[in-house]
Amino acid sequence: MTTIFDLPRGAETGGLFPDPDVPAAGIDGLIDRTLLRSDPPRIPNLSEPAVMRHYTALSKLNYGVEDGIYPLGSCTMKYNPKLHEDLARLPGWANVHPLAGPRSAQGALAFLHRLSALLGGIAGLPGVSLQPVAGAHGELTGMFLFKKHFEERGELARRRILLPDSAHGTNPASAATAGFTVTEIASNEAGMIDLESLENELDETVAGIMLTVPNTLGIFEERILEVTEKVHAAGGLCYFDGANLNAFLGRARPGDMGADVFHFNLHKTLSAPHGGGGPGAGPIAVSEPLVDHLPVPRIEREGEAYTLSWDHPRSVGSVHSFYGNVLVALKAYAYLLQLGDDGLRAVSGDAVLNANYLQERLKRTYRLPYDRRCKHEFVLSGTDPGEAVNTLDIAKRLIDYGFHPPTIYFPLIVREALMIEPTETEGKDGLDRFAEALERIASEAREQPQLLHEAPHRAPVRRLDQTAAARNPVLTHPLDEGDA
Amino acid sequence: MRYLPHSAADRRAMLASIGLSSVDELFSDIPRAVTDAFRPLGLSPRSEQEVFAELTELAQRNGAAGTACFLGGGIYDHYVPSVVGHVLSRSEFYTAYTPYQPEVSQGTLTAMFEFQTLIAELTGMEIANASLYDGATALAEAALMAERLKHRGRIAVARSLFANVRRVLDTYCWAGGIEVVELPYLPSGRCDLSHVPGDVSAIVLQSPNAFGVIEALEGVKERVGDALWIVSVHPLSLGILAPPGAFGADAVVGEGQPLGLTMSFGGPLLGLFATRAAYLRQMPGRVSGRTVDAAGNVGYTMAAQTREQHIRRERATSNVCTNSALCALAATVYLAAVGAGGLRRVAELNAEKAHYLAGRIAAIDGFDMAFSGPFFNEFVVRVPGDPAELHRKVLDAGILVESPDSLRPYGLDDALRIAVTEKRTRAELDRLVDALRGAT
Repeated sequence: MTTIFDLPRGAETGGLFPDPDVPAAGIDGLIDRTLLRSDPPRIPNLSEPAVMRHYTALSKLNYGVEDGIYPLGSCTMKYNPKLHEDLARLPGWANVHPLAGPRSAQGALAFLHRLSALLGGIAGLPGVSLQPVAGAHGELTGMFLFKKHFEERGELARRRILLPDSAHGTNPASAATAGFTVTEIASNEAGMIDLESLENELDETVAGIMLTVPNTLGIFEERILEVTEKVHAAGGLCYFDGANLNAFLGRARPGDMGADVFHFNLHKTLSAPHGGGGPGAGPIAVSEPLVDHLPVPRIEREGEAYTLSWDHPRSVGSVHSFYGNVLVALKAYAYLLQLGDDGLRAVSGDAVLNANYLQERLKRTYRLPYDRRCKHEFVLSGTDPGEAVNTLDIAKRLIDYGFHPPTIYFPLIVREALMIEPTETEGKDGLDRFAEALERIASEAREQPQLLHEAPHRAPVRRLDQTAAARNPVLTHPLDEGDA
Repeated sequence: MRYLPHSAADRRAMLASIGLSSVDELFSDIPRAVTDAFRPLGLSPRSEQEVFAELTELAQRNGAAGTACFLGGGIYDHYVPSVVGHVLSRSEFYTAYTPYQPEVSQGTLTAMFEFQTLIAELTGMEIANASLYDGATALAEAALMAERLKHRGRIAVARSLFANVRRVLDTYCWAGGIEVVELPYLPSGRCDLSHVPGDVSAIVLQSPNAFGVIEALEGVKERVGDALWIVSVHPLSLGILAPPGAFGADAVVGEGQPLGLTMSFGGPLLGLFATRAAYLRQMPGRVSGRTVDAAGNVGYTMAAQTREQHIRRERATSNVCTNSALCALAATVYLAAVGAGGLRRVAELNAEKAHYLAGRIAAIDGFDMAFSGPFFNEFVVRVPGDPAELHRKVLDAGILVESPDSLRPYGLDDALRIAVTEKRTRAELDRLVDALRGAT
């Protein structure tokens, strides 16, 4: 792979910025020389055509949502509408400074206020903050609210967070960052929370539970109301990870299931793109007892005008520099306006239909450890095609068929997991072709396992040595003095 | 709904294959009490054309977008070269997921590796991660890293941090059980380092600081002792200023927005995080590392993943998963497009224009520089009379200047903070001078 540091350098620069239009005496007349760089940073000077060609070439090494099915379980890689990208580039959205003051940003505050109301409606919860900028950031903010809640009540012994063994890795990490300890709860043979294990843990040291609904096996917790009732009865709070909202959008609300905090992944469920790993947005909706603890500033409406409100002494403070990822929120807002209630319901309908259709077909070829109606995703095990290959081999072979692999080796409770989430924007023909590829790979696994071990054969690179990268980390390109 | 590809016949055939006759049957596992309680939003679907019109109209109510902007505080109205937007518009970049499958993500991973190299070089540090959410959370993560390394339960921070960054730091430290003690500022505007407490996990400075004043970094490392020395920077200033790494900083963080990102009403932003190689195992966030493929060719993959939440769960160095990859790509393309030469040029323009403006404002009767320390592109002036009244008049003149309230956390109630970028023309600078003079 070529980097910018490998390109022919030393192009004549200039032409991007104008000459100074103020009297300029030279920089060392303005700032003491001891504060200035003695040498320029070793950043190559490249021509614009060289830069554009380089990044165009790099882009072609990526697989994007428009290349085909992107069935990463728990990631909801749906199509990202083009309108939203155009909107986010309008100067009236892109060029607004966050400290412009409410008077100069009424449009931005108005849409953020309206979006908050819509998200509260989807969650069925009374308070919303748009500040968290990722799902894990929403989790962390939610854990801050839990902490504040018990601190105010003087229940300082409540330091434990319960987590099902199928939870996303961010859940325990977020709880720990907020100063909680983590206790794992086992799943039962149906892949749901074992109520007896839950009851055994519930005591006055429990701050709450973090749940994913449906869970990471794609299974709806049928006894969800009992779970949340038991936690509440024991004085705890219920956090709902919203990564899987696509499974019940427009049909059910976490607030009606007993959620105290629910986070949205606007970059999953509400169609904003993932950006190759962000920026996302992870707004939270909260129940009445937690509303006063939401971050500041809050966006409020006074008559026809929108304002920023700081006077919330029971708030946890701020979790972001400003008001969250506003341009990501804009994309989610545009999506909601286009969908309306019927569209939201249609989204979850097709998302769940697609997952069940694929599950039904693929369980004939692959082992389905939890064989029941799934929601928007399901988890296969890569053990059936034969012990000669593993899930990693299957995933890499899928690349040769032109598909992005599913999420692999997660959730941890399934051996050799292949976690498949097709999303609603995949048509039947795309699902059929993906299923055919997995079926052919299962045959190849028995007949020519070597083909899988050595996959991918038709990618920009062959299988990469991740162990070497971990053992001897090379994280920067070596630079020499000639680089400038 | 044009985002859904199925025909009615497709749906019937697919339902038949799983033995069902309606989509609604797929949801029978949701408890009846939950579905009965469901209430719709009362939202009718609208066409693309209508939504485009509505959100374009709403955008026009953001008067800030078309006004001469002298706002700063970490976010600046810098010029974004066209090439940046064009690279970011490539859907192979913006629609991709986190590069868990490196063989189909070499574009993202190579760009991340370039970004890490550029940020390490710019800050004078050995390594950098692939980004965090924003400058505020990057600083908070640095404080948590220091606490993991030193376990002293206390950090010391300059009072002259941006107030919004400090609020986020305070929230994270409260939750993490870390006490935050404050270091005052001197009449120069610089941090007073004469009484640095000895039993802290970190000492945190910002340079240029919330007053725009460039801190003297020489000799600080010696005063810090064995606490981690963390510096928060304005990355564009490092086109001309000596980087904190050159003075022995242990971690350098900052808000990356000035490197090719639009202001976007404050988000998305870009958290920069650079540190010593020795702290890699305690560093938060993702990193791309160089490796080889089965044929021996160079490629890139996510490295040092055993620190991360998806492997280590509650013992991870951070809960960060999704971060600001596309914003990091913007910064990478920006730096590639401007080069060392352009970076110096644009940094000089910022400093030159800011100094011209400061000189002219200080010459107005009753106005004075609030601090004597050197500055880059942002400064604080003391103003005569009621600063709120003055602020209103400047806004009325069609010029955006920050509310004087933003300086109250520092005990300043008679001052304005003014930032200048390469985009402000001499005519705009002079217009602000006239507005200030006319308002008093």
